[in-house]
Amino acid sequence: MNERLFGIHGAALTVRSERMGVIASNIANAATPGYKARDIDFNAALDARMARARGVNTANPEAGMVWRSPTMPSLDGNTVELSREQVAFAENAVAYSATLSFVQGKVNTITRALKGE
Amino acid sequence: MPERQPMTLFSMTTRAMSAQMVRMNAATSNLANAGSVSTTEEGAYRPIRAVFAVELDRASGLAGVTAGGLVRAETAPTKRHDPTHPLADKDGFVFEAPVDETAEMVEIMESARQYQNLVQALQTAKQLMLETLRSQ
Repeated sequence: MNERLFGIHGAALTVRSERMGVIASNIANAATPGYKARDIDFNAALDARMARARGVNTANPEAGMVWRSPTMPSLDGNTVELSREQVAFAENAVAYSATLSFVQGKVNTITRALKGE
Repeated sequence: MPERQPMTLFSMTTRAMSAQMVRMNAATSNLANAGSVSTTEEGAYRPIRAVFAVELDRASGLAGVTAGGLVRAETAPTKRHDPTHPLADKDGFVFEAPVDETAEMVEIMESARQYQNLVQALQTAKQLMLETLRSQ
């Protein structure tokens, strides 16, 4: 039902939300020795989620998770680069807003249809 | 031990902010003890550092951070000849705390920056969550 109503946007919003958590984890661990920064490959994660929604139960829940490769390795083994994380977080927030407005548009359409305006 | 709540974006940021606070307090303690002297080498103040550790929550996929502990630096105190000092030993030496003020200031600045970063990320996340909730 969810998939029929919102199309790809419902799943996309969830993936965007997950990615926000992952990037926030990187920002939180900017000073933790040995921490390896992670990111979500949006395309792969969305494909896996859509496949799961269609009932294909082969994809693993960690699909789309990638390690970030640092521009320059640091001595303590930490691979977080704050500037990159900030940009990724901002980009993800904008994309989240965009997806959210698509979902809102769908909801508005359905509401108007129900009201018979 | 009570059942741990699953980690949310909010609890994760809170813990990370507390960890930064511990780090900043450690650096401030070092600065406060920068000029302190002692009669013996063992009694001299050694700078402390907060050591961070990852705290992975498998249920939500979030990785928080904790200040796992404080370690004392193994730097030797500075031996200074000052016979008129009231704390001088029988040969006229005092032992000064080996604190590098510049390094501590940099540590505090870096910590403050990371704290700001966390607050900013939390604000953005909170705003997006509220927008999602408010949409009709």
